[in-house]
Parts: sequence; C-alpha cells; structure tokens
Amino acid sequence: MTTTIAPPAPPASAKNSRQSGDGNSPPSPPTLRGVTPRVGATLWKVVRVIARIVISLALVLVFAGPFYWMVLTAFQTASEALSIPPQFWVDSLRWDNFVAAFDRVNFGHFALNSAIVTGGTLLGQFLIIVPAAYAFARFQFKGRDVLFGVVLATMMIPGQLIFLPVFAMYAKMGLLNTHLSLILPFIASGFGIFLLRQTFMRVPDSLIEAARLDHASEFTIIRRIMLPLAKPTIVTIGLITFIGTWNNYFFPLVWTTTDAVRTLPVAIPRLEALDEIAPTIVMAGNMLLVVPILIVFLLARRHIISAFTYTGVK
Amino acid sequence: MKTSLLRDRRLLPYVLIAPALVILAVFYLYPIGYNAVLSVFSWDLRGPMTFVGFGNFAELFTDPDFGKVVQNTLVYMGMEVSLVMIFGLILALFLNRQGWLSEFLQGVSFAPNVIALVSVSLIFVWLMDDDIGLFNQMLGAIGVEPVGWLSDTDVALFSLVLVSVWKSVGLNALIILSALQSIPGYLFEAADLDNASAWTRFRKITIPMISPTLFFLVLVNVIGSFQAFDTINVMTQGGPQSSTNTLIFSVYREGFEYYRVGYAAAIAVVLMVLVGLITVLYFRAFQKRVHYR
Repeated sequence: MTTTIAPPAPPASAKNSRQSGDGNSPPSPPTLRGVTPRVGATLWKVVRVIARIVISLALVLVFAGPFYWMVLTAFQTASEALSIPPQFWVDSLRWDNFVAAFDRVNFGHFALNSAIVTGGTLLGQFLIIVPAAYAFARFQFKGRDVLFGVVLATMMIPGQLIFLPVFAMYAKMGLLNTHLSLILPFIASGFGIFLLRQTFMRVPDSLIEAARLDHASEFTIIRRIMLPLAKPTIVTIGLITFIGTWNNYFFPLVWTTTDAVRTLPVAIPRLEALDEIAPTIVMAGNMLLVVPILIVFLLARRHIISAFTYTGVK
Repeated sequence: MKTSLLRDRRLLPYVLIAPALVILAVFYLYPIGYNAVLSVFSWDLRGPMTFVGFGNFAELFTDPDFGKVVQNTLVYMGMEVSLVMIFGLILALFLNRQGWLSEFLQGVSFAPNVIALVSVSLIFVWLMDDDIGLFNQMLGAIGVEPVGWLSDTDVALFSLVLVSVWKSVGLNALIILSALQSIPGYLFEAADLDNASAWTRFRKITIPMISPTLFFLVLVNVIGSFQAFDTINVMTQGGPQSSTNTLIFSVYREGFEYYRVGYAAAIAVVLMVLVGLITVLYFRAFQKRVHYR
C-alpha cells in the first residue's frame, strides 16, 4: 500500500542496524595477527552480554515495577501493604478492595461517561477531519494556504492554556455539564487534518480522474477511494485520540461542576479518601483505569508505537 | 450544466472545511482573545464583571509568590526536558538493535506512555510515601536516610519531574530510535574505513544526523512541560509550601478554587506569552523537520 504513512522503516540489512551509531557495539578493531586479541575479544563479548542482561533486567524493573506494585497492593490487606519488610507477593487473591471501591464509587456511571466522551470524540473527529483534509489535499481554492496555516497554528496552542475562557463560554451558553462540552473542542484536531491531508495528497491523480469520468460524486470518491487508502492513517489518528481522551483528567475536571458527565480518571483519585492507612482501595480502582488500556496496548502494540513515534506529539 | 458544476466545485472546498475551521476558531482562536479580555476584569464566575484595567497584572507582578511560581515552572521545565532527552538518547542507543529482546524492551519502556497520568500519579504517591512507601523502605534497607519525596520543599518538584520522565522517556527514546535507524549505513562504513572510534562515530555521524529529531523533541517537551497538571493536582496540590506550584496550576487554583477568574486569566496571559515565544521556535523546528524528511 503505497499511500500508507508510516515511520521510516528501519534499514533492512542487519548490518545497518548494528552499525547505526550505537556506542555499545564498536566493530572489533582489525587485528592483523596474533591469538591474544581473539581471547580478549571473547572476554569482552562475554562482559558485554552480561552487561546487556543486567541493564535489560533493570529496565524491566524500572518500567514494569510500578505497575506490579499497583496490582500487588490492590490484592493486599492494609496490614500486608504496610508490612516491613515489604511483601512482594500475595498468598491469595483477595477481591475485597475491588468490592469496597465499587461500593463507594458508581463506576458504571463514570465508565459510561468515559465511553460516551471517547466514542463521541472519535466519531465527531472522523466526520469533521475527513472532509477538511480532503479539501485541503485535493482542491485549489482561494485562501487555502492561509487557512491551512491557521489549522497548523492551532496545533501549537496547548488546549490546557485556554480552559478558563472556554469554561466561561460554556457557562454563558449553558453547555456546562454536558457530554458535548467535553467532545466539541477535540473533534477538529488540527493534527489529524494535517496527517490525513498528507495521506490524501499521495493518492494518485489517475484514480480520481477515472472516478470523475465515471461521474462519481465527491462523496463517492471519498468513500470508495480515499478512505480505503487512508485506513492506516485513520487508525493511527483514532488510536491516539482514543488513548488521549480515555486518559484525560484535566478537561473533565475543569469543565464540569457536577458528576453528571465526569469520566473515570476524575473518579478514581477520590478513592484516596476511603483508604485510611494504605492505598489498597485506590490501587484496586486504579486497575480499572489502567488494565483496559494496557490490554489495548498489548493487542495493538506495534501499531500504537508506530502511531506515536511517527507523530512525536504528546 | 457545466457552469453550475464548476460553481459547485468552487464552493465545495469551503463547505468541506467549514465545520473544522468553525470549531478551531471557536475553541482555540477566540478563547485566546477572550482570555485577554477576562484578564482586565475582576469576576467571580457568578456576579457581574468589573473592569479593573491592568489591576490584575499589577497585583500579579507585586506578589512575591508569583516569582516563585514562575521559577518553579522554569526549573521544572529545565529538569524535565534535560532528563527526558538524556535518558531518552541513552535508552534509544541501548535499544538500537534487532531481536526479540530489544523489541520486548521497547514495548516495556513505552507502556507508561499509554497509561493515564492520573493512574501513574496515584501509583507514585504510594511509592513515594514518606513512612511506608516502597522507595524509602528500599533506601532504608541499604542504610540510606528516608527522603521526603513529596514532603520536602527541596525535593517535591524533582519528584514530580521523575514521574513525568518515567512516563515519557520511552516515547522519546523510540522517536530517537527511529531517527537512528534512518541514518544511512554507508556513513558508518566510511567511518569504519577511517578506523574511527565508536565515540568519534557517535559524535561526528550519529548526533548530527539525528539532530533535527532531537531539536524537535526538545521543543515538544518544553511545551509539554508547561502543561504539567495531573501530577501536581494528584500528588502535591502545589505544596509543600508552594514548592510545586506552577503557572498552569496557579491558573486552575485561582480560577476554580478561589474564583478569581480575572486574576487567573492574567496568569494565563503570562503563560501564553511564554509558550508563544517557544511556539515560534517550534514552528521553525517543524518546518525544518519536514524539510529534512
């Protein structure tokens, strides 16, 4: 698929990647003769392998350790969580903390809000950015470059800086505490338009000309030619939007005044009030927020990583 | 028939982009102006708005705490960006090879990036607890005095930086990694012919070749650092003694906790000016990057 936008593929040959500016693997110096250098080289190789293993284990510990600690605490009693020296294992899976969390916070309500806001943002974004990207990519019109510049400029405005005036706007328009208020600002993603436009621009002219000769409408061209070819890009934008919206804490917190439309990330930290000595219930609730996203990540790991590394944003 | 079609095709693009532009204008461009308007008023979100001219700014610049807040914001930025870049580069170099192990470690180090910052903050509040947190327990086991991760005014800001770095270093490393892997192999072959040392190759080939990416990442991280909110709100609430109070957190607190909307808007104006300056650089970097590709 020639129109796919993907991060630059690593060079195919193994030689390249071994030599790609990696301080860890200097090429063995050219030795003209002698046996001793070879023994030294072997020893050096062993040391390097051991160092690699140690560093790798340390990385796993650093990045996965905190997640493990969360899961562990979620299944412990307060006294187990507090024990000195710390316990790194539980004897039996106890679900008390989850029950306690469910008792106090209406997770169904917040999860539904999360789903509505995330789903609404994904759907709205699709409906808004596909036509816009198509127009910017495939039409010549007056003011196009200026308007596209405006779209790019909005990418540079961190949404977090303008939450206050938007809140005041919502208050005046009576939009406070509506799902719409958490969806609307994010459906015209400048970044999405930018990315999709690039993909659309790479669609060969001949395909579109052929469709026009068949009297296909613009809608048909978008649906039958553009969208199928842009599928990888759309999935990329969708994944980034999904993760960003599902995880968002700031906007559901600041643009609402009641729990009516608040989402899971706002609800979880409240569990802190339930825990008296050790955060066992918070960690149980936290798992509800973390585990779904981790599962998505495990399932679509390659795609998510390439989506995020291509964009380099967020 | 033909003319009406032509006219259609002239109008059509505007129709297609209209919804997107309207939303961007209403939610990004207009609020910048509206925020500036709010900054010259005194308003508690409910009562009437009173015009106070530059009163909010006058108050802001005479407030001794505000200097501290700006300082916190800049110190946070400096620490966050340099640590993420340094560790990101080291991690990228380490991961730069084929094989399942590297692939696996890429996934592991990237995982924190897809997790909500709120969740991450809650986990680290627990790890960094003064008395019962794992960090201090482990330090105790090797005979080191407990650290007041979130309770010591000299340490708390750094602890927040650590959390942020932990979350985003994997993403930064993988972006650097893809830059590393796009360096043409013949450059290194040429260096090999010259018997260049690993360090020379790194300094003379690797760094120059990935510098557009590094430059781009620095700016992205700088702008991101100004928006750090979740960690502060969940972990420290700006404390202890305002040692982790930053510009964005002040806007939130003044606006939504003390209901001083005009004053909060004035802080936001200062923040926007700061970010605006950097946005100019960002734009240049972005052009450069696109050009480079």
